[in-house]
Amino acid sequence: MKLTEHEEAMLAGEEGEPRRWAMDHMIQVGRFFDAEDFVPVVQAHMMADTESLGEAGVGFVEGLAAHPEAERRVRIPMITDPRGIDFDHYRTLGQTDAMAALERRAIAAFEALGILMTDTCINYQTIMPPVRGEHLAYGDTGVVIYSNSVLGARSNFEGGPSALAAGLTGRTPRYGLHLDENRRATKRFRVTHQPGGLADWGALGAILGKRAGSYWEVPAIEGIAAVPGSDDLKHMGAAMASFGSVPLFHLIGVTPEAPNIAAVCDPAALEAEEIGAADFEAVYGEYGARGEKVDVVVFSAPQLSLVELRDLAEMLDGKRIHPATTLLAVTSPAVAADARRLGLAARIEASGALFLQGMCFYQSYAREMAEANGWTRLLTNSAKLVNIIGGYGYKPTLASMADCVASAVAGEIV
Amino acid sequence: MATKELRCHPGVGPNVTGEALVTDDNFSARYDLDRIAGVFSRPAHKLFGKSYVDKILVVNTAKGGVASAWMLHEMKARGMAPKAILFNRINPILAQGGALAGMALCDRFAEGDVTELIRTGDRVTVDPAAGLVTVERAG
Repeated sequence: MKLTEHEEAMLAGEEGEPRRWAMDHMIQVGRFFDAEDFVPVVQAHMMADTESLGEAGVGFVEGLAAHPEAERRVRIPMITDPRGIDFDHYRTLGQTDAMAALERRAIAAFEALGILMTDTCINYQTIMPPVRGEHLAYGDTGVVIYSNSVLGARSNFEGGPSALAAGLTGRTPRYGLHLDENRRATKRFRVTHQPGGLADWGALGAILGKRAGSYWEVPAIEGIAAVPGSDDLKHMGAAMASFGSVPLFHLIGVTPEAPNIAAVCDPAALEAEEIGAADFEAVYGEYGARGEKVDVVVFSAPQLSLVELRDLAEMLDGKRIHPATTLLAVTSPAVAADARRLGLAARIEASGALFLQGMCFYQSYAREMAEANGWTRLLTNSAKLVNIIGGYGYKPTLASMADCVASAVAGEIV
Repeated sequence: MATKELRCHPGVGPNVTGEALVTDDNFSARYDLDRIAGVFSRPAHKLFGKSYVDKILVVNTAKGGVASAWMLHEMKARGMAPKAILFNRINPILAQGGALAGMALCDRFAEGDVTELIRTGDRVTVDPAAGLVTVERAG
């Protein structure tokens, strides 16, 4: 890779070991993808939950944090994805003091690096939405796909170590979604069944993600009748990224790089595949379990917006969660503060639900929570979550928010 | 014993030799594994129940979220990791995870579909810097 004088100096360790490590790490990654040079980035966002880091990862970050302040501080605004723990509720969830202790160590180390612990995967709705054309180093696939697609910013999937390296140096290897040629549509889909509600948008994302099938495919989507909202696209993107590792989509006539199909591909060369009602039914059918007892109902992945929390509060008003069922509503600390101030949190809690902040269900020791609470059957309106959580020993089912609430009240899947 | 050499894009990590565990399915450390037990734990995965510890894992592509970038490092630190992972096509997260963990990872094989070129049980040597994988056929 071609390096500037400043980059050579960082690689030689002239600005301290953390930045030397960062340059070495990013050069390895850049060579893997034939990056010719680095591109400056303006924000970094890092997955930093201790379930992913483990003792080894926390130790690694503590090692960086032990360096002098001038050598260890990040050089661009850097924020974090959800943690694994809500310190107010971890014992209720069956998480352990050891998990909380590891989380505290991680937080101390990240704060020593100058990282803002925002603990959110909806930063594009709540912290500082990226601007079209900005180069970023974002982690959390849902954050990346939304920022690339809906906002027209430019980021690869950056895992925690690479986001950290970008934060320490203010740059990232120029490959993948930073390059114009990788942002062209490679597959074309025509939707003939209109999604109705967040679970449906997630289901559409699941279908698209499975059919696109890899990080290097970019789906163009036609046939959507009305302009979707931010939460709709949040669920669609998160599911698409989860099912297919897809980092970018173009919604023709909606997303900024795709005013029309000809802007993102040669329409004559790319035939459209249809996505219809039967495809949606197949997604729900794969996870169906009507009549079964439901152990835990989860609203998370991505964290809920203030609008989703308002909808949930309205659905739960005057209702009581079944004593054998747990309902979890998860959001970011920033949104939680607003929801508390506006009375939404109290309304949700009045039903017997747990209102959680700063974590996300699948990043929070889900296997250990299942074992501690005897949870198996999980119900959610998040297509992303049903895709992930099977590996943690759960039997997941996908349903609308209204059906999830009705099931939580009944104690079985309605 | 028949030996063949496969060419791939240069990857990351050290030279390693081990026994192949092959699937045409995809890979995510978060979605597919019980990392404590060292086995594939997602029921729908084609390697469900199989141990990946110390294997040369051969898969189609990387999928899922960004967590694998930390998780490979964590798995290796506990001695519960594959020795190497070979992909038809990797994604950035797994490449980043390999760089942090010091785990051998390669992709883009010149001879075609790596999940067909290597069979479970083959003895495989991976030289990531050279982009060279040597396969000794079992049996």
